[in-house]
Amino acid sequence: MAGAALPGRLNWLIARATEIIEETERVRSIVLDCPGWPGHLPGHHIDIRLTAEDGYQAQRSYSIARPADDEQVVITVELVDEGEISPFLIEDLRIGDRIEIRGPVGGYFVWEPSRGGPLQLIGGGSGVVPLMAMLRARVRAGSDVPVRYLSSARSHDDLIYRPELESISSEVEGVEVLHTLTRRKPPDWTGLEGRVDRVMLARQAWPSFTRPLCYVCGPTGFVESVANSLVALGHQPGRVKTERFGPTNGG
Amino acid sequence: MSFITRGFRGRRQLDAPADRVPPGQYVTPDFPVLSAGPTPRVPLEEWRFTMTDPLGSERSWNWGDFTALPTETVTVDIHCVTKWSKLDTTWEGVSLDTLLADGTDRAGGHVLFHSYGGYTTNLPLEDVTGGKAWIAFNYDGQPLDPEHGGPARLLVPHLYFWKSAKWVDGATLSDSDRPGFWESYGYHNYGDPWREQRYQGD
Repeated sequence: MAGAALPGRLNWLIARATEIIEETERVRSIVLDCPGWPGHLPGHHIDIRLTAEDGYQAQRSYSIARPADDEQVVITVELVDEGEISPFLIEDLRIGDRIEIRGPVGGYFVWEPSRGGPLQLIGGGSGVVPLMAMLRARVRAGSDVPVRYLSSARSHDDLIYRPELESISSEVEGVEVLHTLTRRKPPDWTGLEGRVDRVMLARQAWPSFTRPLCYVCGPTGFVESVANSLVALGHQPGRVKTERFGPTNGG
Repeated sequence: MSFITRGFRGRRQLDAPADRVPPGQYVTPDFPVLSAGPTPRVPLEEWRFTMTDPLGSERSWNWGDFTALPTETVTVDIHCVTKWSKLDTTWEGVSLDTLLADGTDRAGGHVLFHSYGGYTTNLPLEDVTGGKAWIAFNYDGQPLDPEHGGPARLLVPHLYFWKSAKWVDGATLSDSDRPGFWESYGYHNYGDPWREQRYQGD
């Protein structure tokens, strides 16, 4: 699917959960098989609609975690304690269950290898989900776009996709993976520490003269601060794309 | 009835007034921020709002002139396409009726608002006139925070909130309807929350 415009109507489709991957204690990925899925770009999201027996409905948006693969749609969901949809998806949904989805939605916060780079991905918490779809697309395509992936999590146990990122980092040329931990770190931690601030970005992100495409996703405060820092470091605002969630995304 | 999800019971907001919450929305006490890029910082001494009519003639206000215009304070419900609604939000700003009062040619029927940072959104002119839209610069009695669109944003509460462009710097009246930023990415051209017009074709 090319171009910005999404033609036609986004119909609700029935998707079946075929695989559930526990990513962390509070985060799981759900693989959905969705007959009729029109395809998507890395960074797109979907709307999910759940209907109770009495007809009550609730909807939320979730980023897609993997690049297009036939009729498969994979989402990664973080538990929001006060939420409505995420507790169901994390605690109740089982393989074989069916839910309604529609999409793809979005179209600005997307990247595919043909858009080039260098590519700077910066995610806070579950904000890494659409960035992972971009990174996976880069790896799958065997593209040579240089990528720096920087994720911020509270603790080592909260890092999403860690094993896969470790193998990408050690096996794929041109991809650099960095994590920073903001609350607790293991004694042998060799990664970064503390919040993503201007100093960290000056040291770890692509410098502005390389004119990277920057994608920043996470909670509002995180995105606001990182995007402001990137602009202060000389990055063109038009090359810094953001997606914010919270403070209560209600998930 | 729609497809039922096994085991889903939901968390109904029984205290939310049903006649004020459009379909598919939930009420939040917070004020989430959604923007496609970094927040522009516009110094008040550089701020301008420019109204361009279909023939290309312009009228422009600086911050002092603009905020000296008659203002209105309104309390309205707002509805974001990402599903949250916020009730009873209070804004102060200048009505579009005031900005269009003296002699602007309204023949075109369409208006495209544009913003610092490059954002745009399109509306029928009749949806921003007749007491339906404001250029707001105070929220809850305080100057509007940059994250929420300050120094000034469009406020069109009867449509999904992406139509209420943040950081506005002008409006162009036209006889043709040109899709704005999100409208060209597949979002609905009009965006009525009560008809759940989220995306093209809804």
